[in-house]
This record gives sequence, C-alpha cells and structure tokens, in this order.
Amino acid sequence: MGGFTLVATRKGLFDVGFDGDPQPRCIGFLGDPVSSVLQNEHDGAIYAALNLGHFGAKLHRSDDFGATWQELPVPAYPPAEGEDAPSLKFIWTLARGGPEQPKRLWAGTLPGGLFRSDDRGESWALVESLWNQPSRSEWFGGGYDEPGIHSIIVDDRDRILVGISCGGVWISEDDGANWVLGGKGLAADYMPPDRKDDPRIQDPHCLAVCRDAPDVVWCQHHCGIFRSEDGGRSFVQIKDVAPSAFGFAVAAHPSDPKTAWFVPAVKDECRVPVDGRFVVTRTGDGGASFESFSRGLPQERAYDLVYRHALAVGGDGRSLVMGSTTGALWFSGDAGESWSLLSAHLPPIAQVCFADRP
Amino acid sequence: MPRVTFTANLQRHLDCPSLEVGPGNVDQVLAAVFAQRPVLRSYIVDDQGRLRRHVNVFINSTMIADRNGLSDAVGESDEVFVFQALSGG
Repeated sequence: MGGFTLVATRKGLFDVGFDGDPQPRCIGFLGDPVSSVLQNEHDGAIYAALNLGHFGAKLHRSDDFGATWQELPVPAYPPAEGEDAPSLKFIWTLARGGPEQPKRLWAGTLPGGLFRSDDRGESWALVESLWNQPSRSEWFGGGYDEPGIHSIIVDDRDRILVGISCGGVWISEDDGANWVLGGKGLAADYMPPDRKDDPRIQDPHCLAVCRDAPDVVWCQHHCGIFRSEDGGRSFVQIKDVAPSAFGFAVAAHPSDPKTAWFVPAVKDECRVPVDGRFVVTRTGDGGASFESFSRGLPQERAYDLVYRHALAVGGDGRSLVMGSTTGALWFSGDAGESWSLLSAHLPPIAQVCFADRP
Repeated sequence: MPRVTFTANLQRHLDCPSLEVGPGNVDQVLAAVFAQRPVLRSYIVDDQGRLRRHVNVFINSTMIADRNGLSDAVGESDEVFVFQALSGG
C-alpha cells in the first residue's frame, strides 16, 4: 500500500505524497469549495462533496485515486409543504459503512439530515428515524444558519455515533433503525442556566473514537473538551487545559484510549491561537494532563485555525496531518511532537485525511 | 419553440448546450429540460423544486416573478436564460 493524504480546500481537492512529491497537487475541482472528502477503505474509492454555492451541493466519486471523477446524485430531502421545507445545503461529512457493508455510505448534511446509501452513492435515502425525532425541533445552527451533522462514526460493531451542531450526540445500535440521545454531562455555557445541561442542544464541534476501544469517545465541544467511556452516552468534562480548551478538531489515538490531540484557539469570540503561538496539545493519560507542542509551528503572529475535520491521525498512531484556515498544511511523524510545513499557500482547508492505494 | 440557454458558469461544471422545448410555464419548461438532462436539476432548483437562491431565470429580458412556483408563462417564441447571481471571492 502507498499512503497519501487528501486535502479538501475552499478551492479544490489536493493530494500530497501520491507520487512521492511532498508538494500538494490539485486532483480535482480547482476553484470549487470541497466540503468533505472520504476514501472508503473497503474498495479504495474516493468521494468528494462540493458546495458550489450558486448551484448547490454536489458529490463525485473516483475509482482511480483522483485521475477521473464521476458525478453522483446528492442526498435530497423529501417533498414537504411550506416556505421552510428543507433542502440540502451541503454535505458536511461522509462516512463509510461497517465491516460487512462495503457499499454503504453515510452523509451528514445541513440542515440536519442523515442520509444513507447502499450502492456507493448512486442513490440516497434520508434516515427518517433520526429526522423524525421529536427533539429535532430544539436543534439550531452552530456556525451556520441551520443545524448540521458533522460527525458520523461507524465502529466495528456497527454502532453508529452522530454529532450534531447544535443537536447533541446520537447513538444507534441497530444500523440506524432506532436512536438514543447521548451526551449526558456535556455543558453548554451559551444557554440559559436551566438549559445548560440539556443534551438536545449541545454543540459537539467534533467527535472522535478510539478505533480499538470504541467506547472511548472524545468530544471537542463548543465549551470545552469532554471524554466518554460508555460510547457517548455520558461524558466527563476535562478542565484546566492549557493554553485553552476551545477549538474544533480532535483526533483519537487508534489503539490507546487515553491519547488524543487537539488544536486550541483563544475562545469562541476570538478564534485565533493563544498569544499568536500556534500549538497542538496532546494528552496521554485520558485528559488528566496535556502537553503542548510547538516545534515546527509558527510561534508569533499566527492566525491559523484548524477546522473540525482538518486534523487526522494515521493508523500507526504517530503520523498526523493538519491543515488550517489560512492554507497551511503540516505533517508530524512523531505523534505530534514536531511538525513539518508541507505548504503555506493552499486555500483555506476544510478537511484532511490519510488514504491508501493498493 | 422556446429556447433555453444556460450561463457559461454552469457550463464549467457540466455540458449544457441550449435546448428547445415546448411552451408552458417556467416549471414545465424546466421539467422538459430536466427530462433530457436529469443531472441539471439539482444545479437549477433545490430539493423542493424552488429556484436556487443564487440562480436567476429570465424570460427574454425580464426576470421571472415566481421563484418558488415557477408559474411565469413562457411563450412559443420566447427565450429563457438561466443565469447565476454574482458573488463570492
């Protein structure tokens, strides 16, 4: 297998390292916003979701690692009455199915619908069991005008974990037929005091699961960092995180349930690195303590922010890749302790992910 | 027959030469277009069949009035233009 990295940006999809060249190379959609990218490890196919603005959300698949692309249908909301009848705004995240579902894809969208495909994206169906939850009326937008699903994690037991901004953490143990609202213990400081602990309106910026211990779920929440040991049903807040517990991205170590990485910013109202020093933090003890790493990262007058999907860890637990809103892309081969700049001139980066080719 | 022409900015994403279809209202004209080119549909209208917010449709030199119901009449000799609003950076 040959590893490479996919980089979804505001103005195209790039790969790095496909041909041994460390410079990012545009492999499609130059000039167009790529909102999500996925390589399905079952068959190697790459999916790219676009947000064309004028012309709506689009979806493409490549079966030859980006050499050619085929446009696919996009998930569509069923007909409804009224001016507020829902329509797809964009695809925020894509996820593969479980081990026995090689053609299965999940799509998390704005305005809050989860969609499923069982034919490699050739057709889509709204997951009505989640869409019709009575508490959906309580959901609201976080960062966008409407609520959206940004985290979909399917573990090897086919359990599905979904994160919604702002609609909390949802869990299905039966392939999406039924859903349980998790997220007990999450705390929303942006709400009135008696709604602060309401799991229906939480803003989990990003969820990440330890591959080999999937009951351990990390949550970079709007109001701090949380960790679950029961598959997302309940969380404990991790406090006293320096330099800040605010951020968007989290990456979970694939085999060590006590290790995770974060990229802090000052706070909600000031989304830049603390004191202009861009760092990555890592805990190796379940959140009891954090280390802050700066080697290779800008340490003065830095304004980089890392979006929720723009930090990824490889299967070895030591390789990380990270991209920022100011178009910088870094790689670490030592578990985040030092970083190499791959490019400082990419468009704003929405997502990075590791990929392989046979 | 009415002729439907698409902005060059749309042609950047997919091949969509001008088409001639039967008269009716804008909804019927676009339905005839989508019957010939199904992939065009999601570029022009949203999931509920409403004109996308940043897409404009003109009948000759007049912008249509009914963006949701697409009920504006299209005559036998009319020309329909599908444009995009200009924005972004």
